[in-house]
Amino acid sequence: MQRKRFLKDIIAGRLMLVLTVFSGLIVFLMALGLYFRSQPILAVKPLSDLLFSSGWHPLRGEFGFLPFITGTLWVTGVAVAIAIPFSLLTAIYLSEYAPRGLREWLKPLIDLLAGIPSVVYGVWGVLVIVPLIKDYIAPFYGTFSTGYSVLAGGIVLAIMVFPIIIHVSLEIFNAVPYEMREASWALGATQWQTIKHVVLRKALPGVIAASVLGLSRAFGETMAVLMVAGNVAKNPTSVLDPAYPLPALIANNYGEMLSIPLYDSALLLAALILLLVVLFFNIISRIILVRIEGSV
Amino acid sequence: MEFKTHISVRNLSVFYGTQQALKNITVDIPDKKITVIIGPSGCGKTTLLKSFNRLIDSQDGMKVTGQVFVDGENIFDPQVEVTHIRKKMGLLSQRPYPLPMSIYDNVAYGLRIHGTKAKKELDRRVEHYLKEASLWDEVNDRLHTPASRLSVGQQQRLCLARGLAVEPEIILGDEPTSALDPKSSRRIEQRFLELKEEYTTVIVTHILRQAKRLADYVIFLYLGELIEHGLAREVFENPQKELTKEYIRGTIS
Repeated sequence: MQRKRFLKDIIAGRLMLVLTVFSGLIVFLMALGLYFRSQPILAVKPLSDLLFSSGWHPLRGEFGFLPFITGTLWVTGVAVAIAIPFSLLTAIYLSEYAPRGLREWLKPLIDLLAGIPSVVYGVWGVLVIVPLIKDYIAPFYGTFSTGYSVLAGGIVLAIMVFPIIIHVSLEIFNAVPYEMREASWALGATQWQTIKHVVLRKALPGVIAASVLGLSRAFGETMAVLMVAGNVAKNPTSVLDPAYPLPALIANNYGEMLSIPLYDSALLLAALILLLVVLFFNIISRIILVRIEGSV
Repeated sequence: MEFKTHISVRNLSVFYGTQQALKNITVDIPDKKITVIIGPSGCGKTTLLKSFNRLIDSQDGMKVTGQVFVDGENIFDPQVEVTHIRKKMGLLSQRPYPLPMSIYDNVAYGLRIHGTKAKKELDRRVEHYLKEASLWDEVNDRLHTPASRLSVGQQQRLCLARGLAVEPEIILGDEPTSALDPKSSRRIEQRFLELKEEYTTVIVTHILRQAKRLADYVIFLYLGELIEHGLAREVFENPQKELTKEYIRGTIS
């Protein structure tokens, strides 16, 4: 009886250990898998050719990733350019100006945004943002656009990234001691002077980390962008041009075109690149955030 | 002894939500003297102090009735612009909170936000006020290093210099030595005694011996009520109220 009890305990412990280690290893296993599967294309073409050439003609054996990389950068850039100022100002308002009641109401509402499935954002983008760009924004600038564009992708992504940046920034602002604000007010500083010179200054590394976290989310987001960005394999030259970001390329083609030689390997290389970039951004922002927690 | 009044409090009540922190306080704070507010913790000492520069404004659900006159101006009048009230007073809090910038910038901060830009003028005044706070000799070779690297005692003197730099008339201290070691505490106390020629000083403390060392004038609060106030010697040697006697004897705390 006694022995059985201890045996169960040991088995349960070991089992959970294995599961924990496994979930920790998944990322490495995935990266490793992608690496090996992308070997065939790396064997015939140097990496720099793949990354910096624009020709995407799989049937002719040309796999230039450049249009997809620039597409990703354009869409992410627009998303971040919209999201950072908007979400920072929102976070500042909520943390420094809003009365407590309003803050307690709005915070969960904003966090809720993060829980909306990305396909819903995509549909919303198609129904609202795309026509808006086609019928109003492009004509306003005297050009034509189908609406499926870098701008549409950027706007949808920006809204998806809001809750992340706002949430993390709020935590960071909360970590700035209240007495530090008092010290500034006591010297006769206005609310805005206090925010600009004291709160933001103290919170700057954390705000950067929050932005990088948002950026990495935007970089890898697939569904919503795929639905509104247009998916044309050309380097965009303006925000009203269509773009074809890397995640959309993979999602659209993997499983469809695999009879073409090397296609499979090329897509998995793209996936590997995406994984590494997002991982890199995440690690950077985690390091900054951990450092801040250590110093407060 | 006759004295000139600098801050006069009239029927001041402060509420946080439904809780009343100060109950109908009326008292005069003498000009260019050290006034010490004593009383057990939670009795409203800090609230009274922070009502002078309206730092209590930022508390959620705060409500004030009554008046506080500084230089004859009711600071709770809705017309009043709060930053010029605060500029008149330097605050030392329980623990020093240097701003997240260099030693130099901490002292220059107040000057800059009120419009002093010229480098020469800033240099001169930063040096002057660091000397006023008797910190200059210890930091003049590292003015541009982060203020957070100073010891706690040095930080508190830096906060004093920072507060003096906006040329206040009044110094407010909220248990300003409670985080300091005895030696640093004595240095701060010494500065208060030397500065009282030029500034009206109001200090909150729960250390009776410190109150006796510093006070010209004493205000004793108990559970939000003003129990007794008067010249320090009279209150300490011959308290009129039973509660004051007990507090000074140490039977209540």
